[in-house]
Amino acid sequence: MSVPSQLDRRAAVAALLKSRGETLVVSGLGSPTYDLHAAGDRDDNFYLWGAMGGAALIGLGLAQAQPSRRVLALTGDGEQLMGLGGIATIGVARPKNLDIVVIDNQHFGETGMQASHTGRGVDLTAIATACGFAVTGTVRTLEEVQRLAVQMAEPADGPRLFVIKVRAENPPRSLPSRDAVFIKNRFRAHLGFAAA
Amino acid sequence: MHSPKPNPETDWPSELYRVLKAADVRQMSYVPDAGHSQLIRLFSADADVTTHVLTTEEEGIAIAAGAWLGGQRSVLLMQSSGVGNCINMLSLSAIGRFPLLMLVTMRGEWAEFNPWQVPMSRATQPSLEAIGLKVMRAETAEDLVETVESAASLAYESDQQIAVLIGQRLIGKKKW
Repeated sequence: MSVPSQLDRRAAVAALLKSRGETLVVSGLGSPTYDLHAAGDRDDNFYLWGAMGGAALIGLGLAQAQPSRRVLALTGDGEQLMGLGGIATIGVARPKNLDIVVIDNQHFGETGMQASHTGRGVDLTAIATACGFAVTGTVRTLEEVQRLAVQMAEPADGPRLFVIKVRAENPPRSLPSRDAVFIKNRFRAHLGFAAA
Repeated sequence: MHSPKPNPETDWPSELYRVLKAADVRQMSYVPDAGHSQLIRLFSADADVTTHVLTTEEEGIAIAAGAWLGGQRSVLLMQSSGVGNCINMLSLSAIGRFPLLMLVTMRGEWAEFNPWQVPMSRATQPSLEAIGLKVMRAETAEDLVETVESAASLAYESDQQIAVLIGQRLIGKKKW
């Protein structure tokens, strides 16, 4: 078992995104979507309410369509564990503008707080390293998250995956729109694509 | 010297490549498949197209949505056995009305040597339709090229989610 973290997930995500600039953000279903919304609703947020396992890969398609923009896939340990193969696909594709940040409470928080694989010793950063990611890391304190935010603003040689270990809890939900067509069109309009 | 005249019965992958390029497809995702091997080679050699090799077909559904968010058109190649891996992820295309074009080579329906391919073959069209996709099907090379051309317009210009099933008879008997 890994040591539980005391870091508050909302404070961590707020600190991570404080100086995000023009970074495009895709959030995975469940708490990361609520965390992203709680940090401020924006046109360049794409929230998932389903499609489990897909956040990082939506990030990949987006990053390769927008090579001049930095793309962040913000997801949870449960979602990224479901999309482990996607880490290999992203490692092979090797985009330089895609970061995956896993908000890792080591539990399946949406479905009864059972301990997840990361709480039982599985290390997502080691998997990403083995898949050829350029940089990986794990942080546990707010100060480390603030340093990570600065690091993420710097250019990369390939995809990066960072794990932020947080306390296992379910803060009050902060709910963005569930209308996927609206969120999609708003996001595309932000990039200059007219709604068809 | 003269160039050999294209034979539509065998050159359909080149024709599909031409049609998809004309539709401005900029990303292609695939799970390796013998039926698609020529199309995969053509796209992989094209510097204007980003290709993704997947570990499982559902990844390509998410990549296609991301590509569209970023302003690019994407196509996904797979076998019918892979359709079963995609069903939950297809919720994303359906609920978000993301343009989606999947080209699916059929297994388990014509001169198939492997009985394990048969159940998913039977489930391919009904399960795609159950999650909300439009299914189009082609049995001849000529029909396939026209069908993909039409499917590309429907997908990218009318925000539809479409799977084109490529009949196994068209692929030919698998030689081992």
